Amino acid sequence: MSASPVVVVERWTRESRVALAVAALAAVLLALGPLWLSANLVDRLTTLFVYVILAVMWNALVGYCGLVSIGQQAFFGLGAYFAVRLADSGLSVYPSLFVAAVIVGVLSLPLSAIMLRLRGGEFAIGMWVVSELAHLLVNLDTLINGETGTSLIALNAYEIGLRRALTYWCAFVAMVGLLAVVFVLLRGPTGAAIQAIRDNEQAAESIGVRVTRAKRTIFVLAAFGAGLAGALWVATAVTFQPKTYFSPQWTAYMIFMALVGGLGTFEGAILGAVVFFAIEAWFGAFGVWYLVGLGAAALVFALALPRGVWGWVEDKTALRLLPVGYRVKFLGAVGLAPNDPAS
Amino acid sequence: MIFLNQIIQGVLLGGYYALIACGLSFMFSVMRIINLAHGSLAILAAYALFELADRFDVSPFLGLVVVVPAMALVGAGLQRAVLERSARGGLLVPVLSTFGLSIVIDNLLFQQFGADTRSLAPYIGDLSYDSWSLTDDIAIGKLAALTMATAIVLLGGIQLFLNRTQFGRMIRATAEDADTVGLVGVNARRVNALAAAIAMATVAISGAFLAMRATFDPYAGALQLIFAFEASVIGGAGSLWGTLFGGIVLGVAQSLGASVSPQGFFIAGHVVFLVALFLRIYFGDFGPRLRRLARRPA
Repeated sequence: MSASPVVVVERWTRESRVALAVAALAAVLLALGPLWLSANLVDRLTTLFVYVILAVMWNALVGYCGLVSIGQQAFFGLGAYFAVRLADSGLSVYPSLFVAAVIVGVLSLPLSAIMLRLRGGEFAIGMWVVSELAHLLVNLDTLINGETGTSLIALNAYEIGLRRALTYWCAFVAMVGLLAVVFVLLRGPTGAAIQAIRDNEQAAESIGVRVTRAKRTIFVLAAFGAGLAGALWVATAVTFQPKTYFSPQWTAYMIFMALVGGLGTFEGAILGAVVFFAIEAWFGAFGVWYLVGLGAAALVFALALPRGVWGWVEDKTALRLLPVGYRVKFLGAVGLAPNDPAS
Repeated sequence: MIFLNQIIQGVLLGGYYALIACGLSFMFSVMRIINLAHGSLAILAAYALFELADRFDVSPFLGLVVVVPAMALVGAGLQRAVLERSARGGLLVPVLSTFGLSIVIDNLLFQQFGADTRSLAPYIGDLSYDSWSLTDDIAIGKLAALTMATAIVLLGGIQLFLNRTQFGRMIRATAEDADTVGLVGVNARRVNALAAAIAMATVAISGAFLAMRATFDPYAGALQLIFAFEASVIGGAGSLWGTLFGGIVLGVAQSLGASVSPQGFFIAGHVVFLVALFLRIYFGDFGPRLRRLARRPA
């Protein structure tokens, strides 16, 4: 019998174990997708996977680093561009998607030296300028034909059904891989560091968190992820028109997904991507009004519910399906052991 | 001579950038908020002037008599409804909310006016193309000169207002410490609403000049925001005369870039911005330093 209150620090709960099992089962079913799903559904799920990547990557940057970027379309567009460029220079199409993302990640490293010194709105628009510049520089490449654009012609080597399945699997592997990386990263020391930075940068620095290194890790990861998403997008859309890839509309989508799902919550970004996917399917045909709605939703959520739907659920219910933090549980009154039936 | 002309045209272009950056810079220095809907609001003002000119034959200059106060009201409303709440949420929320707002404004304008490009040039007579020829190669457009003069008057006026008037002092004090000014009887909310109103009044004026010197469409706001931001960062964020300096640097860079290649106009502007950013980060704020240098007799 101990004399002090019994405190248990726990990470996994029964719900979260069930959630992980369900997620694993869903992953297995989705992995076999092209074998049992219709062609149309396979295409749409590929799109969903790209949205999940975008949402999770943007959410990691904003929700965990406290950096709002309006310029992630720079990496999205560059990922698509390098995929087209590499495929044109003879590299096999599907490996070039991943190599393109690596190049984007490497390019983001020197950029981080300037950009991570900016804060708030300055970082946001600074990134936007970077994406405009990237767009203009890509247009200078004669392969692209300016705004006319080009296509990922090398995809023609694959029969349509095989191409659909391969693109689906690439997107699936990319999504699961990036989700796993973010999940593991957030649970480890870097995760603790960046969440501390998000909550209070000065305080984090004062207790020895290497702020710059932690931020740079997430910045590069987010650039890599957005680059991969862009490369995957060009593999599904085939055509590469710089204007559509370097459009701030992509950032608007990312903001919507992360904000509605829940800034700074791991599950929220996935939820946001699914919600956005559904809304696009139902209301996408409304064109301009649909975009007005997205903007208005971002405005309202930012003002009224900045932690999004999932943040709200977490606050109300203390439910953590895929826990990246810890929680402290007080078991019963003073003097009761954890296993005491009275607690 | 052609080179000199490029520089002169660049300096004049800088007058427009200073004008559009003025409101952004002012708002940042007073409220520490970068309003991402800044460009979209300038386009909104431009459409209002266009509608007045097109439907009711109101000259754009006369139209400003209506549109400037209207935009000032929009500014005060914006402050109450969006900016004030955002600022309380920390650094992130203002960026997210004003970006959301810009998407709403852009697409509502598109819904209302469609994709056609518009211009106020047809409504201002020969002002849109008249110029004074200095030499055979160099001509100074009257509209460009008027834009520059307006920028100087507006920036100087705001500076005087902030330095010399009671309201100006209240705005500066509120920017320093909104809680403390409350103790000495200043209503910080009202002061910030007034500051936002002034910022939006300048946005209306810059929208007018944008629409007179060029064409615009519903989605033109993003680029105006970027130019305004670049000019204010190059000039040193939050400083009004620095904004004029930054606008001129940006304009000259673009003008020289354009003489290299058609894409060079934008590329040179963005590159100069990034270089200025790099210098500021690693060598301190260089706008004020350069201005000190310029003041020193040669």
